[in-house]
Amino acid sequence: MNLRRVSAIVLRQIDLMRSSPTRVVPLVAWVAIDIVLWGFITRYLGSLSAHGPDFTLTLLGAVLLWDFFGRIMQGVTTAFFEDVWSRSFLNLFASPISVSEYVAGLVATSVLTSCISLAVMLLLARFAFGLSLLAFGLPAAGFLAVLFLFGIALGIFASAVVLRLGPASEWLVWPIPALLSPFAAVFYPLHVLPQWMQWVAHALPPAYVFEGLRALAAGHGVQPGTLLLATTLALLQIALALGFFVRVFRGAIRSGLLARYSAESVA
Amino acid sequence: MTAPITARTDTAPPALDVRDIAKGYAGKAAVRGISLRVEAGEIVGLLGPNGAGKTTTINMILGLLAPDSGQVLISGLDLARQRAAALAMVNFQASYAPLPGNLTVRQNLLFFARLYALAQPARRVGELLESFKLTALACTRCGLLSSGEQARVALAKTLLNRPRLLLLDEPTSSLDPATADDLRRMIRDLAARNGCAVLWTSHNMLEVEQVCDRVLLLARGRVLLQGDPRRLAAEHGDASLEDLFIRIAREPLAHGVDA
Repeated sequence: MNLRRVSAIVLRQIDLMRSSPTRVVPLVAWVAIDIVLWGFITRYLGSLSAHGPDFTLTLLGAVLLWDFFGRIMQGVTTAFFEDVWSRSFLNLFASPISVSEYVAGLVATSVLTSCISLAVMLLLARFAFGLSLLAFGLPAAGFLAVLFLFGIALGIFASAVVLRLGPASEWLVWPIPALLSPFAAVFYPLHVLPQWMQWVAHALPPAYVFEGLRALAAGHGVQPGTLLLATTLALLQIALALGFFVRVFRGAIRSGLLARYSAESVA
Repeated sequence: MTAPITARTDTAPPALDVRDIAKGYAGKAAVRGISLRVEAGEIVGLLGPNGAGKTTTINMILGLLAPDSGQVLISGLDLARQRAAALAMVNFQASYAPLPGNLTVRQNLLFFARLYALAQPARRVGELLESFKLTALACTRCGLLSSGEQARVALAKTLLNRPRLLLLDEPTSSLDPATADDLRRMIRDLAARNGCAVLWTSHNMLEVEQVCDRVLLLARGRVLLQGDPRRLAAEHGDASLEDLFIRIAREPLAHGVDA
């Protein structure tokens, strides 16, 4: 893997953000709105019952983590869409860049953009609503790692779907986090779900994170085995998503889809 | 960074060696067993009516399309097995493959310089900005440039990696006569001085006669004729290359190409 080629994808995104600040707004605006909205909701719920559950941790903390996951996934897909929107696939893949270098570039870009979002969320949550990531203790690092890995897996999978189905299928990507959230049990315990939804939830690493978050809020510890299982699941899903992307890419080379991609109007 | 070619030796493999490549879509053949070689410093024209298989052939040479059969060798490297090393020696320009319009000229060139893993991308970009008289436009977004300026930027991009093989798919199609003339002169100079091999597609027969050392005429996915563009028409009883082209485009069956 050539790091210069990987860095080309990341630096291109930085150049795009520098020359068009409007690209930075979505990185911070939606997560900031979410934190402010849910911050006030938790404050209100907390005022109703002084001895009730810790809404700051279970609701605002969950929103923060779920938004982080969403930004990671969208970080990958948005970097991919830059090539769809600018019709650069021909010039890009006529260069020596390999599929693995390209995907590594998308992932590295996502790390950069989602760190910006995470920083904004943490600052707002800390100074406006008194929620510190340190309140989660050591498991916080595990939570973030699992969500990061799953976001990467889903971003790669979603990009492959658009590569396979064409630019018009872009709209399929945006609602993916919303579609998964009921199964991931972001705001309620897993046991309230019907059995079939619980089966699906057990295949989703975020479900383990949010169960762990609620366990922390209830004063119980997080089982290291649970986080390990979630991490393993997410790593497996990354491998599957990569395999799917490579398969779709090779199919696009065989069928001529990649060569036709640039010719297709995406306006 | 690929080293510039300064001399051609008899033992060196051709810059491009295409061996019997074929490609079909949904049971319909687009390219039927094309073979061609382009030597260092040679400019070869790939001609043919629309749908003859020119762009399909170029896409297969660039690795953007996998042939159903056959082999593409770039300076002796098998594209299917040594893709990165082979493509590091190639570059291309086509009007249907624009550079990202939301990046400036400098950002675009730097992006591609990094993709070709150049050791000193900023220095190489600076050299090309200067030699293509683009320094004043370096901070302008490519989408805001005129088509002539965009063509100059695209050509500068093709020279970033000092390619041994340059693929130009109708490079002058959107240019005014003066800019097109400049570009033709630049390419001839590049081939003569740096030994860069060029595969050039065009529908402008006068341009082909002026620029190319050799032409291949395609029809329905096959090479029908090849030779010196300045003599080919007379050899086949036509007054000009354009007349020969029109005759072949209208009557490919009479020239041995089956449906």
